[in-house]
Amino acid sequence: MTRPFPVDTEALAEDALLLRFGDTIDVTVNARVHAIAERIRARLPGVECVPAYASLLLRFDPSAWSDETSATPIERVRGAVDALLENINAADPEPRLVEIPVLYGDDAGPDLVAVAAHAGLSVDEIVARHAAVTYRVAMLGFAPGFPYLLGLDPALAMPRRDDPRLKVPAGSVAIGGQQTGIYPQALPGGWHLIGRTPLRLFDPHGASPSLLRPGDSVRFQPIDAATFQRLAAAQGAAP
Amino acid sequence: MSVRVLKPGLLTTLQDGGRPGHAALGVGRAGAMDWPAWRLANALVGNAGDEAALEFTLVGPVLRFECDAVIALTGAPVDARAAGQRLPAWTCCVLPAGSELQIGGMRQGCRGYLAVRGGFAVDAVLGSRSTDLHARIGAFDGRALQAGDELAIGTHAPLAWMRASLAPQWLPWSLDPNPWFDFASRPIALLRGRHFDQLDTDSQRMLFNSHFAISKDSNRTASRLDGAALRLKAPLELISEATLPGTMQLPPSGQPIVLQAEAPVTGGYPRIGQLAAVDLPRLAQRHPGDDVCFHETTLEEATLRLARRRQRLQRLLLAIAQRLESA
Repeated sequence: MTRPFPVDTEALAEDALLLRFGDTIDVTVNARVHAIAERIRARLPGVECVPAYASLLLRFDPSAWSDETSATPIERVRGAVDALLENINAADPEPRLVEIPVLYGDDAGPDLVAVAAHAGLSVDEIVARHAAVTYRVAMLGFAPGFPYLLGLDPALAMPRRDDPRLKVPAGSVAIGGQQTGIYPQALPGGWHLIGRTPLRLFDPHGASPSLLRPGDSVRFQPIDAATFQRLAAAQGAAP
Repeated sequence: MSVRVLKPGLLTTLQDGGRPGHAALGVGRAGAMDWPAWRLANALVGNAGDEAALEFTLVGPVLRFECDAVIALTGAPVDARAAGQRLPAWTCCVLPAGSELQIGGMRQGCRGYLAVRGGFAVDAVLGSRSTDLHARIGAFDGRALQAGDELAIGTHAPLAWMRASLAPQWLPWSLDPNPWFDFASRPIALLRGRHFDQLDTDSQRMLFNSHFAISKDSNRTASRLDGAALRLKAPLELISEATLPGTMQLPPSGQPIVLQAEAPVTGGYPRIGQLAAVDLPRLAQRHPGDDVCFHETTLEEATLRLARRRQRLQRLLLAIAQRLESA
């Protein structure tokens, strides 16, 4: 009955249970979050899974989990989840890989030079290192479709700006602390902008509204300005 | 078949039961802040389902109905007038085409609902017609209504008792707003949160024994509480976790905030409490400056109260549907 990993289960509200697998930002722990979210989605439809770095929120309709017994809905969900965790195969399913084309530097990445100066590396080296890694979408948040990506080369880490911008352009690829992310729409933001993708990250009217999902693998592909224009035009023409 | 917005009021949005199921993509639920009031407004015009209604805040809108319309007002008490007549709330009213409906300000409460028979026919986005102001999702690209906006009304059958008239009409009965609108300002039930024990001893006591006031900075994202600042024994370094409406967070200022319908999907502040879901609409209805205090509850009691409140609402919805048929 012992699990291969620790899990702390917290009843948050009448309709919400939080599973916590650690208290640090860690690639292995985060992969576990996504593996378990996938299992719960498959086995307990109707329970909404909201992954974060090291935790998984489960929300459910209490009226769908009540019966004649004295157990509260949350106890019944906890029982169902415990049974799933006992039997879980800890193997992480192969994540989906999404490639994101990025025009680095100049107007598309006005902070690239500052990031290079902070790292003590050349601009070309920053781009090469940023595009060399396969990242993992730890979670989405802040705004619809905004991915928090794990895996940034520590040499590229840089504390957030002291003066956040009021409007970061949509598609901006940015570094904030130990993480990198992409602004899906024009938003205020304090991360350092190193490039921009012509892809649309979030379209609420699309069949699959978010380009990225929690647990996806992500790689950045450097592109030139002409390719950016071509891809941007193709995005605009898409139905 | 439409309504034109002549004046938008302070903050008027379209809201329905919300947009569940997309939090993993960074999209919150939004939806009506006072969901029983929203649901009852729909029932009073004979809308069976999850139709969008107008949620207005502190000061209501002025609207012109280009067609005959069946409406209901619920939520905080307001002065609502059409054709020089004062319209009753918590009942079903009929407005003839060309009516100008003026909804005034609120002395008590914070949010009112206006439902129309047939519902407001805006396109659903991710399964909901709710406006998410923060994510800019919903009708009018997720913004609040502005003067000049036009809202289509969905197709609907007339009610049997409606008579052709040039003046507003209404039913001879109305619902008792109690317990759906809280005139008495009773204490609000709160569960201890994960970090309650990390509050210093005085702050633990103050949370359940002192009075707070609703800050004027409160909005659809959070109710902010003014009052004695609460302190942690020691600073906490937390990583972001999913959050939900009703979560009471403690930001570094020491002034607690209670997340509401437009709660961000993740957050990293200490969680010192969780409101009983049944009391969340009551907090949403507190007027800026109103006194708020909390009493401790358990998850079992909160779950039971929520189930009872939902059963009571279901019975009332059925009763309203029957009375509308026979009226």
